[in-house]
Amino acid sequence: MTSRSLLAFLSATSMLAGSAGLATAQDVTLTIESWRNDDLAIWQEQLIPAFEAANPGIKVVFSPSAPTEYNAALNAKLDAGSGGDLITCRPFDASLELYNKGQLANLSDLPGMENFSDVAKSAWQTDDGSATFCVPMASVIHGFIYNKDAFEELGLEVPTTEDEFFAVLDKIKEDGTYIPMAMGTKDLWEAATMGYQNIGPNYWKGEEGRQALIKGEQKLTDPQWVDPFKTLARWKDYFGDGFEAQSYPDSQNLFTLGRAAIYPAGSWEISVFNTQADFEMGAFPPPVKAAGDTCYISDHTDIAIGLNAKSPNAEAGRKFLSWVASEEFARIYANALPGFFSLSSKPVEMQDPLAQEFVSWREKCEPTIRSTYQILSRGTPNLENETWTASANVINGTETPEAAAQRLQEGLASWYEPQKGK
Amino acid sequence: MAAATKPIRWHIVLFLAPAVLVYTVVMILPLFGTLQLSLFRGTPDGQVFVGFDNFRTLLGDPRWSASFWNALWNNVWFFIIHMLVQNPIGILLAALLSNPRLRLRGFYRTAIFIPTILSFVIVGFVWKLILSPIWGVAPDLLGMIGLKGLFAPWLGKEEYALTTLGLISVWQFVGIPMMLIYAALLAIPDEILEAAECDGITGMAQFWKIKLPLILPSIGIISVLTFVGNFNAFDLIYSSQGAMAGPNFSTDILGTFLYRTFFGFQLQIGDSNMGATIASMMFFIILAGVCLYLFAIQTRLRRYQF
Repeated sequence: MTSRSLLAFLSATSMLAGSAGLATAQDVTLTIESWRNDDLAIWQEQLIPAFEAANPGIKVVFSPSAPTEYNAALNAKLDAGSGGDLITCRPFDASLELYNKGQLANLSDLPGMENFSDVAKSAWQTDDGSATFCVPMASVIHGFIYNKDAFEELGLEVPTTEDEFFAVLDKIKEDGTYIPMAMGTKDLWEAATMGYQNIGPNYWKGEEGRQALIKGEQKLTDPQWVDPFKTLARWKDYFGDGFEAQSYPDSQNLFTLGRAAIYPAGSWEISVFNTQADFEMGAFPPPVKAAGDTCYISDHTDIAIGLNAKSPNAEAGRKFLSWVASEEFARIYANALPGFFSLSSKPVEMQDPLAQEFVSWREKCEPTIRSTYQILSRGTPNLENETWTASANVINGTETPEAAAQRLQEGLASWYEPQKGK
Repeated sequence: MAAATKPIRWHIVLFLAPAVLVYTVVMILPLFGTLQLSLFRGTPDGQVFVGFDNFRTLLGDPRWSASFWNALWNNVWFFIIHMLVQNPIGILLAALLSNPRLRLRGFYRTAIFIPTILSFVIVGFVWKLILSPIWGVAPDLLGMIGLKGLFAPWLGKEEYALTTLGLISVWQFVGIPMMLIYAALLAIPDEILEAAECDGITGMAQFWKIKLPLILPSIGIISVLTFVGNFNAFDLIYSSQGAMAGPNFSTDILGTFLYRTFFGFQLQIGDSNMGATIASMMFFIILAGVCLYLFAIQTRLRRYQF
């Protein structure tokens, strides 16, 4: 009895599976590998239906894994030949390695690729820029988020130059109601990412300085690389008490609880802050040296998507990637995740006012990416990680800007050929 | 002469097998795997045997050796704090608890032992909150007794962070020496203490002259446990300061240094060979410390048979 019902069940399921296979025989199913399990709902409810409606015959499955396991799991799958058709790409070396191993397809000639600037593509290109292997999806922009209510209460204007910036900070400090700036050095990366990489591009002139550093034409001890440290060293007077032990969530809470007036930010904070802060927020780009100077912003390329070189559904995959490069994708994605901005050079309509403010800087400022990410963090000591410690030390006042820059330069020159002997 | 060969006693093999197998698989093989890994170097053509080059890099390269000695010294300081604070307090608490006139002994014993069974993550998090300059109770408590000026963001200051973490660890683990010593004190036969009293040795003198010599072997064992535990420490630092062991690597111990090197961190890609080299150094340091204890100290300890 039991065995017979089991048999019946098994045959029924196999028939079901068989008929399901028949119905979709002409359909192609694309599987997306990703670490963004937070975005599962957005993919399933908005992005995939939009694509499938326009492209009958192609089914898409979004199959994310945990962020911390993604790189290892993906490498193992690709080595075993069982990876998905579409691969979400980490920026720079992690994806470059996959391309060099022949696991990511060359997408340089993909229709839609022309929608992206060279900076946007730089995170997913070979060092010489000859091949692009992932379609850029989103970037995060650095700047400062401020408490609009507090600014109104104290009669403050949004600063555009560095002098104005420090004048505003002085005024908030004098008044005493608010902590002028919410930032701590305990977690180190805040100091580097929200500090050094936030204001730095204005000093080293964005791409110009970044490229010159990679080519070995500039050094980290040059004034344009030391000056951001000097400015950072001045910040500590405007932090809350005990900022040395203030962690990243502490800083977020200080700001969203309305106890601090300015928050050195990355745009990924927008959706979190929107749900937590009950005051109006505004944003301004890193202040320039003198009024009228060109402004530079860190518009850091963070996420992209590529094609598994061994995918049997390459044609459908390329179709999907072209759609990812389109305006439609950019609009849905940017609105679902305010603060993760499309890298497309075509303007994208966004509803969130704070996100609109951030992205509007792309029009008036020159974008660049974090200086330490491309090529320069390939060796030991690792420039990015060293910059964390150096930035925190400079803010804490335990290392002078010059000494910190000197140490970074020595570390870089110890393994990076173009910087050797400088 | 054909002596009747003893039959092989298979049951011994059988009974030993599970423990030996499990221990070999999870301890001995990985240990040798680590030692082997430290003698190789990853190149594009695969792993290449390089002899002791990795150790030469670790101790000879100015950057690697600076990190290594920094971590080692921090580890030594971490150990010193435990030896100077944790173990004497543990002995003191045990001596107090073994006093038969003390009331609520069971309560104190349990209360002091509880932190030991808490996870590092909880301990790290709770103390981070207590000591937080923004939300913490430490500044307010100090303020209540008029000592607010003494408060500093201890976990964020290079000069205090490691000592603070050491004391947190002491708080967590003081229960272990307390329990071991407590057991040793209870094991001292009453006849000996009565004989001492007959000879007029009572109170403090009795502790120093009779009890302490009798619990010295336990103190020795505790020191070894502390040594091994401290040189393998990682969790508390990692959960409260992160893998970069800030500020400025002032709380970096061998465990966090190993973690960063072996698994990589942020943009730093992991280097399993150098990681294994550090792990091997940790093994040798602990081995040397334990051997020193076994051969130089334990053999000199006098044991008393009751």
